[in-house]
Amino acid sequence: MKILLFGIAKDIAGAPVIQVDAPVAKVAALKEHLYQQYPRLRELKSCMIAVNKVYATDDAALQPDDEIAVIPPVSGG
Amino acid sequence: MDVWIEIKEHITVQEALDFVQSPDSGGVAVFVGNVRNETKGKPVRQLFFECYAPMALLELEKIAEHTRAAMGIKKIAILHVSGNKLPGDTVVVIAAAAPHRAAAFEACQYAIDTLKETVPIWKKEYFEDGEVWVAAHP
Repeated sequence: MKILLFGIAKDIAGAPVIQVDAPVAKVAALKEHLYQQYPRLRELKSCMIAVNKVYATDDAALQPDDEIAVIPPVSGG
Repeated sequence: MDVWIEIKEHITVQEALDFVQSPDSGGVAVFVGNVRNETKGKPVRQLFFECYAPMALLELEKIAEHTRAAMGIKKIAILHVSGNKLPGDTVVVIAAAAPHRAAAFEACQYAIDTLKETVPIWKKEYFEDGEVWVAAHP
């Protein structure tokens, strides 16, 4: 599945979009996969996942065609 | 409710005020956020704003809807910039119109506080000796 990244998460991964082919059925599994791939994500104050433009909880299920995004701590305004 | 939500390169206080002007609203409050020229004593040279625009617009709409349902706001504009900005530049404008002033003040406070917590927009501060994504680390 395709994952969008923003802000510092994009810098850590080194790309605005990454492909994850590991079998991750839920948000928690995806986060764990991302933490393994990019350990510096663990150092952030928070690391949320948005599914189809809505904040998702760790137990939310993921479908292959979902729009998935990594949301590091926001700082607008 | 009349709502204007937009993320764009340049925003003005006047355009937000013009939008919310309405005969049924006796109170209009405006919050303006500008680029500060220092952070913890270090001069800030410029800021860069990045947005996950489709989601940011949805989150801003939720904020606007709450000000209608919970506070009785008649019209609200929430404008935010993206891209590079210099100290003094306006980066966010919230204008809220209500029949009476208390709701307008409350809506502005709620909207900017919530925006800073939930809306997927990120700013990077550029200092003389480097750059940092704001609030990223504990």
